[in-house]
Amino acid sequence: MKRVVITGAGTINALAHNVPDTLKAMAEGRCGIGALVMPDVERLAVQIGAQVQGFEPESLFNRQQLSLYDRFTQFTLIAAREAVAQSGLSFSGELAARSGVVLGNSGGGMTTLDENYRSVYEEGKNRVHPFVVPKLMNNAAASHVSMEFNLKGPSFTVASACASSNHAMAQAFQMVHGGIAPVMVTGGSESMLCFGGVKAWEGLRVMSKDACRPFSANRNGMVQGEGAGIFVFEEYEHARVRGAEILAEVAGFAMSSDAADIVMPSKQGAARAISGALRDAKLNREDVGYINAHGTGTAANDKTECAAVADAFGAQADKLMISSTKSMHGHLIGGTGAVELLACIMALRDGIIAPTIGYEEPDPECALDIVPNEAREAKVSAVLSNAFAFGGLNAVIALRKL
Amino acid sequence: MSVQDKVIRIIAEQALLEPSDVSVESTLESLGIDSLGLVESIFAIEEEFDISIPFNANEPQKSDFDISNVASIIAGIEALIAGQQG
Repeated sequence: MKRVVITGAGTINALAHNVPDTLKAMAEGRCGIGALVMPDVERLAVQIGAQVQGFEPESLFNRQQLSLYDRFTQFTLIAAREAVAQSGLSFSGELAARSGVVLGNSGGGMTTLDENYRSVYEEGKNRVHPFVVPKLMNNAAASHVSMEFNLKGPSFTVASACASSNHAMAQAFQMVHGGIAPVMVTGGSESMLCFGGVKAWEGLRVMSKDACRPFSANRNGMVQGEGAGIFVFEEYEHARVRGAEILAEVAGFAMSSDAADIVMPSKQGAARAISGALRDAKLNREDVGYINAHGTGTAANDKTECAAVADAFGAQADKLMISSTKSMHGHLIGGTGAVELLACIMALRDGIIAPTIGYEEPDPECALDIVPNEAREAKVSAVLSNAFAFGGLNAVIALRKL
Repeated sequence: MSVQDKVIRIIAEQALLEPSDVSVESTLESLGIDSLGLVESIFAIEEEFDISIPFNANEPQKSDFDISNVASIIAGIEALIAGQQG
C-alpha cells in the first residue's frame, strides 16, 4: 500500500481567507462569530453565526462564472486555488487522467435554493434563471474544481452531514493509498448561512443565541459557520521525487455507523471510529498528542465525545490535548472536518495547539484537557480529527508528522 | 376545547396514546416521549396557541418553561398566553 501525504492546503472561513491567516487566528484564539448579516435576519430566533467577512466574489470570478457558482462553490474554488498552488502541481497527461477530486458537502447550493424559492413563492415570479439546477447540485463544487484544474480521475461528492468532509478525505486517502490515483484534491465546503438554512437549524433548538462554548458547563448550543477547506493528498514517492513540501502524512482513518438515532450521538459508535483510526494508522494510544474534537458545543455531543475519547484512550485520555476550534470558526457542517484538519496540521508542523475559546466553567462530564481559551506550544507527532454526524455517521482521520 | 384538553391531545398524539391515557400528572418520560418528541411537541404547542416557548434542547432545565410534567407544561402555556395578552 502507498503512503499518502498532504502537499497543499487552502481555506476560506470566518477567521480568514487563506491558511496562514487562519492558523494565526487559531493561534491567537480569535473568534469569527458575530451578528448575522442577511435579509430578514430580524425574523430569526438565532441571529449569530461565523460568516465569511469581506468577501467580494465579483473581484475573483467573472460574470459567467458567478452565474454558475453558488457561494459554496465559490468558497471551494478559492480554497482549492490556494491548495493546488501550494502543492506546485499542474495536471496534464497521465497525472491529470488519474487524479481526481472528492469533496464533502451537506446542503449544496442553499443560497441558490433560498433565493429562488423567495423569487417564485414570495415575489410570485414564474421564471427562474436557467442555471439554478447546475448551481445548487451538491457536486457542483467538485465538478468546478475538476474543470479548473483538469482533474479527470475519480471525482464525486460525499454527503454525511457534519462528517461529510472527513468521509470525503478518507475516501481520497483510500484512492491514493490503494494506488488508484497519484493525487486527489479533497476536503469540503458549506454555505448554509442563509435565511432558510438558519431557520431550518433553529427549529431543532440546538443553536446557541450568544456563543459557541464547547466543553464549558454553561454551553448552550452550536453556532453555524461557512467556508471551505481543501487539501492536496499525494502519493508519498510522487511528492518526494519532485521535492514537494510535505505538510503531514495521512496515516489512516476509520468510519462507523451508530445505527441508533437520527440526531443523538452514541458513545460506542464514536469510540469505535476513534479506536479504528488508531488501528488503521498503526498508532498506539500514547502516540497521539492532540485530537481536534467534533466539539459542537451541544450538551449531547460534548459529553458523548469526551466519554468516547476516555473509552478509546483509557488512562491516556488524561494526557492528550483535545480542543474544539468550532468555538472560533463555527460549525461548517459538511465542510467542518476540512477546516479543522488545518488545526491538526498546525499542531504537527508548528507545535501550536489551537485552543477551545469561550470556555468559562469546567464540566465534570468533559474532564479532559480541552486547551481552554489560549493556544499552547507542544510537540506532537500524531493527531486525530473527529467528526460525528447527525444520522450516527462517524469518521475519524489520523495524521502523522513526517 | 380548554388549554388543558388541547395540550393533552397534542402530547397524546406525540406519545401514540389516547388522550384518556394522559393525565396532568404524567411526565413526558413516563409517556415515552424522548428529546426529539419533546422538541416536536413544543413546536406543535407553539403552532396551536400562537406563542413562542423559550426552550433550548441543550439546557432544558435552565429554561423558564417547566417541562417536568403535563400540569407544569399547561401552567407554562397559560402564563405565556396571559403574558401575550397583557
